[in-house]
Amino acid sequence: MTPVVDSSATPSWKRTDLSRKIDSGFVWLTGAFAIAVAIVLLLITLQVGSQALPAMQEFGLGFLVSSRWDPVANIFGAWPQVFGTIVTSLIALVLAIPVGVGVGIFLSEDFLPPRLKQPIVFLIELLAAIPSVVYGLWGIFVFIPFIRPFGNWLHQNLGWFPLFSTPPAGPGIYVAGIILAIMILPIISAISRDALVAVPLELRQAAYGLGATRWETIFRVILPAASAGILGGAMLGLGRAMGETMAVTMVIGNSNVASPSILSQGSTVASLLANQFAEAGDLQMSSLMYAALVLFLLTLVVNVLAEFIVSRIRLRY
Amino acid sequence: MTGRDLSFSFPGRTLRKKPSSPRTLFSSIMSGIVVLCAVIALIPPVAVLFYILIQGFAHLNLDLFFKLPPPPLVKGGGFGNAFIGTLLTVGLASLFSIPFGVMAAIFLAEFARDTKLAYWINFFTNVLSGVPSIVIGVFIYALIVIPTGTFSAVAGGVALAVLMLPMIVRTATQALEAVPMDYRQAAIGLGATRLQTTLQIVLPAAVPAILTGVMLGIARATGETAPVLFTALFNQFWNRPLWQGGLWEPTATMSMLVYNFSTVPYKNQQQLAWAGALVLVTLVLVTSIAARMLTQRRR
Repeated sequence: MTPVVDSSATPSWKRTDLSRKIDSGFVWLTGAFAIAVAIVLLLITLQVGSQALPAMQEFGLGFLVSSRWDPVANIFGAWPQVFGTIVTSLIALVLAIPVGVGVGIFLSEDFLPPRLKQPIVFLIELLAAIPSVVYGLWGIFVFIPFIRPFGNWLHQNLGWFPLFSTPPAGPGIYVAGIILAIMILPIISAISRDALVAVPLELRQAAYGLGATRWETIFRVILPAASAGILGGAMLGLGRAMGETMAVTMVIGNSNVASPSILSQGSTVASLLANQFAEAGDLQMSSLMYAALVLFLLTLVVNVLAEFIVSRIRLRY
Repeated sequence: MTGRDLSFSFPGRTLRKKPSSPRTLFSSIMSGIVVLCAVIALIPPVAVLFYILIQGFAHLNLDLFFKLPPPPLVKGGGFGNAFIGTLLTVGLASLFSIPFGVMAAIFLAEFARDTKLAYWINFFTNVLSGVPSIVIGVFIYALIVIPTGTFSAVAGGVALAVLMLPMIVRTATQALEAVPMDYRQAAIGLGATRLQTTLQIVLPAAVPAILTGVMLGIARATGETAPVLFTALFNQFWNRPLWQGGLWEPTATMSMLVYNFSTVPYKNQQQLAWAGALVLVTLVLVTSIAARMLTQRRR
């Protein structure tokens, strides 16, 4: 009673050649789109890089250490902007990391019942969506007048210290740093929270069982276990802060100086681009592209590191 | 009986925490500090919203949506062209990025899941989402504005599309991966091809979650200024109708209007910037909230 299989007959459900080709064509098509996403990244490097080539040949790496930006003499150097980018991002990180990790702890441990916690998490995510240009507008008309007396006080009382050695003039590096801190706070707290939540419950229970208080558990067990994730979040925040344009451009003052004082005005690579790009001459345009390439590579390094760190976390737990 | 035994074997004071003992005190202080952190974190954005609401509503009226931006010191005017321009550029960006992103996600989730290739493409997608938006603007300037010789709505739309792309790829991939395997097995078992399985079974099941990602991308693109700064630029006037080349001329957007008018010394334009910011924030927040409600209800 073996079933009879007539292999020579074509069953009615057999696929036609065409339908097979369409099917594998579809798979290939989606593959092409997926690879194209990665190619966009390559394309950015190539396009910006090729436009930057004249300036690279003209100024070489000296571009990064020269402070002269002179469209009349066609001599360009972006040291003040690179400096400003790094300083504003560092101020932002110094302010945002402690608060952000604090918020992460607050929202990951059982300080609040879940019914109260969920809306706060939602609210923080939502506030992260406020556009950068709106922060800039608020910065110009509300925050600068508000923070100025504080800047004055710093200069009058601690003016001997290089960080506060210039009188504040409204906009400035420190204003940009604080606004950046506000803007990267949601991402740092969200990723710290994810990292803290990912720490296995057993670790907490073991620590409590051994008689540790809540904060001994947090400091000695949970934070060390989540440290890589928090670091990843901080790196993502750094990348965000370095590339942030509008709010910074509106509150930093846009002057071409690299001053040790955080009360002085300054500029960042992003604000330089925002200010000069639309009406730049040939070599100036190329120099701006060079600056954009430098910014791109800086954020690329930071983001790739962050990505490796954060994805390592996901693998571990 | 048992309760009595317990209290007997544990002398009461060993389990009692004195609030003044150093360890408990430290714990309480630290708990106070993190609550303070949460409050500190919420103050600035809430203050921003508060000022936008107060200042924005003070200068908002329906006329603003139908008039052109005013010259300095001239009363009246509005941001009609910028409002249309935002819809136009974000619409174009969606048109470019949604099919692109969803197709890429289909490959990553359906045909290449757990492969090395998918891992690397995901990696590049995440890195792409970290590229500063101003760099995307510069890139599109070199890619489209220089060759076409004009700032345009299309250039702005492509720049915003590059911004949205990684968000859409990521959320769509996750949405497709969350569709249970049974669906696919049932479809294949019934003789469906991969194309049929994907388009008729898996994709429809993932649509709400994909839509959430798309709307979050749209919210982000609506608020972004840096990518349109030198791609769409700005325009004081209405664009020509689309069929007469309106896509290929400089285009005003709400975010650019807020930027331009907040950095000038003229009161009337500053007031317009506040009203514009209110409209912009409303657009962005309503889209974000709607996006989240969409998935939250289904959970």
